[in-house]
Amino acid sequence: MKHESIETNSGLLIVLTLIVISIGGLVEIVPLYFIDDTIETVKVADKDTIRPYTPLELRGRDIYQREGCYLCHSQMIRPFRDEALRYGHYSLAAESQYDHPFQWGSKRTGPDLARVGGKYSNEWHVQHLREPRSVVPESIMPNYPWLLENKLAYKDIRSRMRALKMVGVPYSETQAEYEANIERFGQEVADMLDVEQAETNLLTQANRANYDGNNSHVTEMDALVAYLQMLGTLVDFTKFDEGYFAQFR
Amino acid sequence: MAVSTGLGGEQYDYDIVRKFTIMALVWGVLGMFAGVYIASELAWPMLNFDIPEITFGRLRPVHTTLVIFGFGGSALFATSYYVVQRTCQTRLWNSGLARFTFWGWQIAVGSAALSYMLGYTQAREYAEMVWPIDILIAVTWVAYLLIYVQTLRQRSQPHIYVANWFFLAFILATALLHIFNNMAVPVSMFSLESYSLHSGVQDAMTQWWYGHNAVGFFLTAAFLGMMYYFVPKQVGRPVYSYRLSIIHFWALIFLYMWVGAHHLHWTALPDWTSTLAATFSILLLLPSWGGMINGIMTLSGAWDKLRTDPVIRFLIVSLSFYGMSTFEGPLMSLKSVNALSHYTDWTIGHVHSGALGWVAMISFGSIYHLVPRLWNTKMYSLKAIYLHFWLATIGIVLYISAMWVAGIGQGMMLRGFDQFGNLAYTFIETVSFLHKPYFVRAVGGALFVMGIMIMAWNVFMTVRQSKREEAELEAKIAAKMAQAS
Repeated sequence: MKHESIETNSGLLIVLTLIVISIGGLVEIVPLYFIDDTIETVKVADKDTIRPYTPLELRGRDIYQREGCYLCHSQMIRPFRDEALRYGHYSLAAESQYDHPFQWGSKRTGPDLARVGGKYSNEWHVQHLREPRSVVPESIMPNYPWLLENKLAYKDIRSRMRALKMVGVPYSETQAEYEANIERFGQEVADMLDVEQAETNLLTQANRANYDGNNSHVTEMDALVAYLQMLGTLVDFTKFDEGYFAQFR
Repeated sequence: MAVSTGLGGEQYDYDIVRKFTIMALVWGVLGMFAGVYIASELAWPMLNFDIPEITFGRLRPVHTTLVIFGFGGSALFATSYYVVQRTCQTRLWNSGLARFTFWGWQIAVGSAALSYMLGYTQAREYAEMVWPIDILIAVTWVAYLLIYVQTLRQRSQPHIYVANWFFLAFILATALLHIFNNMAVPVSMFSLESYSLHSGVQDAMTQWWYGHNAVGFFLTAAFLGMMYYFVPKQVGRPVYSYRLSIIHFWALIFLYMWVGAHHLHWTALPDWTSTLAATFSILLLLPSWGGMINGIMTLSGAWDKLRTDPVIRFLIVSLSFYGMSTFEGPLMSLKSVNALSHYTDWTIGHVHSGALGWVAMISFGSIYHLVPRLWNTKMYSLKAIYLHFWLATIGIVLYISAMWVAGIGQGMMLRGFDQFGNLAYTFIETVSFLHKPYFVRAVGGALFVMGIMIMAWNVFMTVRQSKREEAELEAKIAAKMAQAS
């Protein structure tokens, strides 16, 4: 076929172009949904240790996105020696399986946050978010004083969880789903994933942990710190044989 | 090469081209200023002023959206509407719908920028627009495709000129990418927020398939369409090689779609995917350089024009930057290089050698070619074009050099070990190191913004001059008519 026949026929040009530009995406994206090894199996005592976010953590994650944290902080540790020393075990695919959208990031203007959970105290996080240079003088991060002032909006928490359920996150609405979650994650986690109990769970978690040091009301700071403090804490790597996760790569 | 635009104004729909050209400059000035501002925030964090709306995290998508979609997008609408009419020798199909694409696009860009400042974002790089804006973009884009195809179909030439292949591929690919990458479930019908359909690994892959092809199609294929029309036009010679342009086109659009995963080397994405992406990234060097050679060699036999025509300088320097950044890209897609460059400012520098050096420079050249023809006059100041050229070029060089120093420097520091096998630097030490390069980058960016502001002034004066000339002409005719009667 001479190229001239394409150049003189707009319909043919469109069809051929569409075919040519579709192949790459089809080959690289579609199999990721079907190859089992893509996401690691992470079970301890036959229970999934990686769970969806609790209502409070979920709201914290929303705020993390709103403020554009992902533009300076990655959440994806690579399998290098310096990153292992600095941040910990490399990130697993399974660890972001409930992340809609993923927050791996593309730039480290600040350090990686994939395993920041538990590294610092709640007080440190609050102070650091309010005024980063008061704890790290050379920091170039903006101050976020409004996180302490803004009351957390959580009236739509159930709609949020239902939307996430629609895209595949196992929050439960029926008794059967709740029981399936007990089977999969254990009683304690399953309770947290119950959509009907979302508001109660959110308030209970915020008041019990009192992340921002002020229990009079739940602030955006409570939610964000709750989220930061759980990042990367769901997998206990001492429970797995060395090399177990390598088989999935 | 004088074109009789007086007649052309009636034969072709130039009004829509003028509208988009003006908006390209408006968004260009605003978006690039936002860029300099956020660059300065990184050098001097007090500039965040504790105001939520202007903190780095919220302003950064404002910058990227305004320059990519506002400036780049409007420049592409303007040039593609111009090129398709001129090369098909037919008037744009459905002027009314074309106006709809104008307003649809401007509203999408403006409301996106505002919504990020207010904290509404999808948190996907370069696809931060919330779902109602995504829908507006999708509708606008379908109208664009329809106008483009219908105009092609009513061409009075048997052949579809090569520039149109690139514009068409850009429109089709962008539709595909936009729709698949933005699939999401809204929190409720009355909420601007949504959660993406994909998660984790699949989401990352989809996002970077989109992200890199925003570069590949929006910022490359489409601007190559610009190149294939405006370089030969301004130089007054045909494209160097017709054969090369065919290979260039098919190879480029095929290969680009495979390379997005090179943004995900060493991550939790399976190795097979990122290896495949690296392989195709290397292959992509061939069509990229083929296209660059095709553009630059169009000047063969007319090299002397580089000395006398500042517009050709913009076009040729843009192709040189295109060649440089499409060499740097495959280099950075190698896993060993990427291990160092990823997550650092080297990537930012690379993007800007493409975005400022290639995309902005070819747009400036094309707009300088267009404006006198659209307003039927000469550019107000030739000197100002030279000044713009030098400000822009020096600005880019400062920018990318600073980012090489910042990126490679930080990358080396982060992987450095002392004699006992401990990390040689803490993270915050690398942040301190970045201060100087960040300062130089802000200066480079400021020079670039000064350049586009001079251009905006020059275009404004040109339009005013055209209005005055028109008024004078009308007065003369009126006087003649009065004499005759």
